[in-house]
Amino acid sequence: MRKTLLESLTHGSLTEPAPAPDDSALAELATKVDRAAQARLGRSLAIREVDAGSCNGCELEIHALSNAFYDIERFGLRFVASPRHADVLLVTGPVTKNMRQALERTYNATPDPKWVVAVGDCAIDGGIFRGSYACVGGVSETVPVDLHIKGCPPSPTDLLKGLLALLEHVSGKR
Amino acid sequence: MGILDSIPHVNAVLSHRPWPRAVVTEAGWQAAIDRLVEGGLTLLGFWGEPTAVHMAMLDGGSAEIAVVTYECAAGTFPSVASRHPPALRLERTIHDLFGLVPTAADDLRPWLDHYAWGKSYPLSGRNASRDARPYQFLPAEGEGLHQVAVGPVHAGIIEPGHFRFTANGEHVVRLEQWLGYTHKGIESLMQGASLEAAAKLANRTSGDSAVAYAFAFARAAEAALDIEVPRRATYLRALMAELERLANHFGDIGAICNDASFALMHAQTGILRERTLRAAGAAFGHRLMMDVVVPGGVARDIAPDGVTALRTLLAEIKKVFPRLIELYDNTASLQDRTVTTGIVKADYARQFGAGGHVGRASGRDFDARRTLAYAPYDQLSFEVPVLEAGDVNARVWIRIREVEQSVELIGQILDLMGPGEIRNTPPAGRGGCEGLALTEAFRGDVLVWLRLDGALRVERCHLRDASWFQWPLLETAIEGNIIADFPLCNKSFNCSYSGADL
Repeated sequence: MRKTLLESLTHGSLTEPAPAPDDSALAELATKVDRAAQARLGRSLAIREVDAGSCNGCELEIHALSNAFYDIERFGLRFVASPRHADVLLVTGPVTKNMRQALERTYNATPDPKWVVAVGDCAIDGGIFRGSYACVGGVSETVPVDLHIKGCPPSPTDLLKGLLALLEHVSGKR
Repeated sequence: MGILDSIPHVNAVLSHRPWPRAVVTEAGWQAAIDRLVEGGLTLLGFWGEPTAVHMAMLDGGSAEIAVVTYECAAGTFPSVASRHPPALRLERTIHDLFGLVPTAADDLRPWLDHYAWGKSYPLSGRNASRDARPYQFLPAEGEGLHQVAVGPVHAGIIEPGHFRFTANGEHVVRLEQWLGYTHKGIESLMQGASLEAAAKLANRTSGDSAVAYAFAFARAAEAALDIEVPRRATYLRALMAELERLANHFGDIGAICNDASFALMHAQTGILRERTLRAAGAAFGHRLMMDVVVPGGVARDIAPDGVTALRTLLAEIKKVFPRLIELYDNTASLQDRTVTTGIVKADYARQFGAGGHVGRASGRDFDARRTLAYAPYDQLSFEVPVLEAGDVNARVWIRIREVEQSVELIGQILDLMGPGEIRNTPPAGRGGCEGLALTEAFRGDVLVWLRLDGALRVERCHLRDASWFQWPLLETAIEGNIIADFPLCNKSFNCSYSGADL
């Protein structure tokens, strides 16, 4: 263990520079964030991830945000265990009908002010699962969505660009 | 036709490849169940159609597979689960989707149907409706027992499902799972889909096993159409399958240790996982390698600098991973959590035909890559690690050994993979054919069965994740353990929700 720890002290950081916030995400957000909320939150957001029927692909890439290369916590973004601690819901999947009620309840359990980010192509409009008897199709058909991050699944860099755009808006930098 | 020799059947279905499928009467159906109950055969799959049910069975000794079909003239079939418990969730699913009724069934509670679809029996083609009732968990009675309900939304970044614990103080007396939350209706979306669209759905049945599903789907389609795949394509498929296994095993080893509060391992394996995904992205244009394996071969060749990226990855793993193994092995506080925790009994692993690390950590010596030796694994040399202890520790060690084997396999593939074609176009107009295939995903064997029509459209497709036969064993493994060890046990299984909810 000692060797592993020492090496990480001497070898320098793997963490990569932050990507620029996504322009289209900034545009989508421009109309949606109010000043009062910005003042209250500062530059920190607690994120609650909700899988609303995804294939688990998006979850894998969301997980990757916490590894040494992306190190999402350096931006003041962190994942929390309960919607009651959260400012942001990160929702994936085509919202299966079996998950719709759980998603609504999670949304209602999240204190205001709150933002919903729909992650992945399924979360936009159901993606390839659209039209199934078992899917609602699109997160915005169940709860209001502030930002969409595309991709199947979106790469960690795409996720980071979207979340950084959200953070900039919430903290009132742009 | 070894398996079918001992099962009375009416006729063999000629267009089913590569293994036989036969229609049986009630006597034949019961004879098949007898063989499962005796343990001579292992249940590989159990699925429905609007007027029939099918069972796929494996003879582990001879590596033979056969499918038996019972035609449900009266909308009923003799229950398998009442005699062979591993069939239970699949049987409840058949009832949920097709409305067929297992006669003499002990448990007909819904499984995937949470009464939220707006219709009952969605694949039956009928307009029958079912009375909605609150889900009844199995009773557990005794002084001082209390229940803990967890999910469907969990604390971590994981898939949704419900766990109902009955506990006596800290100790779990009974765990009952209730899944189905991620049911997307994949089998209904498959119906009428083109091969291309269906392959995309197969890729997204369980995103962590995209390659394994695409591989199984492609091989089932190729078996049905009786077409060969270019040699280079088979090597590229295995290359991706082993990269997928590496990435998942790295993730799992770290996450199991993290659930025992050993964050250092999680951080280190997280680096290896990321490097693996980046190499996969550089080589195949997609970090999870979705939509590269297609019926007939692969959609694109490895990128020009892909081989270099993968060789660099292998060198890095060979340098770092041995030290991490040592770290795992020499950290007493970690071993204290994993050794003798969450034991899966060998008898259960055999009875349920548990695949992957769950089965192999409990003495079940089965790996589809070796037992069924599909291309190109028949040309490659590798070992299948098997342990007996059946605890969390054994499931970690199976993964560690499999990482080593995958690293060796990738090296062999890069050495042996010669130039050549990468795709044969599926022939049009070979109507009414059926295929079955198994591939070894990181968590166990994936089965795909499909029937194609003359226009190369999917008439019916069933995908069976290894998790179907692993989830019930998690219920047994946690018994007598403390609730606080559940995340550790659960992660050591890492069953799929989406893959089993379909």
